[in-house]
Amino acid sequence: MIRPDEVKMSVEETGKWGMTINQDVCTGCQACVAACAMENNISFVGEEDSGYGRSMHWIRIERFWEGEYPDVRMTPQQPMMCQQCGHATCEPVCPAFATVHSQAEQLNLQVYNRCVGTRYCANNCPYQVRAFNWRDYQRPEPLSNQLNPDVTVRRMGVMEKCTFCIQRIHRAQDTAKSEGREVMDGEFTTACAQACPADAIVFGRVDKPETLVAQITNNGRGTKHLAELGTLPHVTYFKEG
Amino acid sequence: MADKKPHDEHSHEEEMRKKHLMLDPLPRGKMNEMVMEAMLEKPTWKFWVVFLVLSFIVAYCLFYKWYVLITKGQGEAGVMRPDYWGIFLVNTVFWIGISHAGTFISAILRVFKAEFRRPFTRIAELMTTFGLVQAGFSVLMHMGRTWLFYWLIPYPNQRMLWPNLHSPLTWDLLAITTYLLSSTMYLFLPLIPDVAMARDRSTGWRKKFYRVLALGFRGTEGEWRHLHNAMNIFAFAIIPVMFSVHTIVSWDFAAATRPGWSSTIYGPYFIVGALHSGMGAAAVVLAVVQGTMKNMKYFVRGEHFDAIGKLMLIISMSWAYFYFNDYIVQWYGGDKWTRIMLHFHEAGPLGWMWFTMLIVNIAIPWAVLWNAKWRSNPWIISVVGIGINVGMWFERYLIVPVSVAINRMPFTWRLYQPGIEVPMGIGTLALFILLYMMASKLIPFIPVWEVQEGQLAHEFKKFGRETVVSVSELE
Repeated sequence: MIRPDEVKMSVEETGKWGMTINQDVCTGCQACVAACAMENNISFVGEEDSGYGRSMHWIRIERFWEGEYPDVRMTPQQPMMCQQCGHATCEPVCPAFATVHSQAEQLNLQVYNRCVGTRYCANNCPYQVRAFNWRDYQRPEPLSNQLNPDVTVRRMGVMEKCTFCIQRIHRAQDTAKSEGREVMDGEFTTACAQACPADAIVFGRVDKPETLVAQITNNGRGTKHLAELGTLPHVTYFKEG
Repeated sequence: MADKKPHDEHSHEEEMRKKHLMLDPLPRGKMNEMVMEAMLEKPTWKFWVVFLVLSFIVAYCLFYKWYVLITKGQGEAGVMRPDYWGIFLVNTVFWIGISHAGTFISAILRVFKAEFRRPFTRIAELMTTFGLVQAGFSVLMHMGRTWLFYWLIPYPNQRMLWPNLHSPLTWDLLAITTYLLSSTMYLFLPLIPDVAMARDRSTGWRKKFYRVLALGFRGTEGEWRHLHNAMNIFAFAIIPVMFSVHTIVSWDFAAATRPGWSSTIYGPYFIVGALHSGMGAAAVVLAVVQGTMKNMKYFVRGEHFDAIGKLMLIISMSWAYFYFNDYIVQWYGGDKWTRIMLHFHEAGPLGWMWFTMLIVNIAIPWAVLWNAKWRSNPWIISVVGIGINVGMWFERYLIVPVSVAINRMPFTWRLYQPGIEVPMGIGTLALFILLYMMASKLIPFIPVWEVQEGQLAHEFKKFGRETVVSVSELE
């Protein structure tokens, strides 16, 4: 039998940056959702639009039920964000090259100022994790003071999605480079992983076997969402074990 | 035919003449005069009322609402997650579908030398151009940042950025642009002899207008030869363009990774669907032209509705085949999400739409169009045609926003509720009718030269006691 870490995989399959999510310890507290919104300057769409299905989040907590009432059993919470697919379905369908693959970081990038708003990428995303700026949303007084200067503020008519906090990746890489070393495991993490009180989210280099995230990913118990589509997602989910 | 006297050849011939335009020739000058009269006839007050109402609808529902949409964003429309595509794309597919019948009539029927096409090739070809204008508008309305639409065009720019040729939307843009340009040229070529005729028979600004359009056409032997060659090339060349356009439109859906969309039958299925709605629209337009314009009762007769009715019946049957082929093959595929989506179509909250679609697209045409007397009646065939168009619009609505309501992430399932798309869609319909009304006053609607060509080719011949119609080969 071949152990997972012995299989030689392409870089699109393994990815460079990866994430694991342990659904058994996730409490559904939504701290990741809030942290992500703060970190990435995500607009607040308001009650009405949010109720109509236009809530803008790069990560969401999905809740499901099993069985018929009254024998209802709740399944583990399922945080869902961009899976940073190795073969992403969003990338080939954009007519304007606004959603492209980063060969250096093995991430799916969204180029906001190249986006013309055809929304084909969001339609074609099997995980439905892309968020569209349906309007120009207001940021009333105190909110306007908390914008993250490292992240572009998006305007009406463009698509956006989880970037794996690429601004943090770049900052860590710049620091490491100036100190003449490699980025260390655990040196930095994404906003959602940092905010998670239960440590359900682990982020790091999945292509380096000694990192925590690689060890969890390769322990053989995880599943990838909709792997049957061949999208090669870089987020691994664990539950009931 | 027991009651008919076999020796009464004369009355038989008379009857044939009454029925068929090709056997009822008039002198060229007379027909020219009739067409000019129809065009120059002073508009009645009814015309102006309809014209003003439609102009108001276009100004308010299309242009003002579009201004609102651009300034306030796509949030004004009903689109959201997961229905990122809504009625704007339904309308795009719908109008491209309408435009297909024009090319079908003016190119395919010309190539196959179907004689009944002669008087209404132009009326049909106008439908192509005007329909494509609406389709272009609809797809521009759909874009989040419309003002940057030129980024999809492969134009040379400083940064050497090209559109993504992997994207079905880029194929779409190229196909629709090709189709719009070639169908406009193909509309213009057969128009040249007729505007030359109009130039010679008008005065004032009209004369100047037609002089420019006629490109100095005088009707010499050489000019006719060139024109015939050009029209032949276009008639053959535009057929693959027409087929490719709607196939590519279907690939916008079929190339996507979505349950219910990734179907290999979509290409031919969409083409048959396009012809289905287009033929219905052609019948309606023809009935309106016959009923409202002067002298048109001579050019457009029951036989033409009869012929279109037969086409509608055949296309309705092919559409039914493709629809259930698509439905059953997908269901048989056994994919869990596809099965849920298909049941959502007929048992979901929009099940009424699914059943209405089947009734007006299949049941009513099959029940009505088999009867030659019924399908020759402009009123009956118009009602059937309008029904088919409503049904085909429902079909596209079920394919776009209703199908995307179901995806592989059940957490996001949600049904679409249209917003500003509804008035804007009505605006495109009003613009379509308005363009027809303006065209009816500006260009000759009947290609007189084509009708006369057909009339010269037809004659009665006597074989013993039997009179038969013979058609001579012109080319």
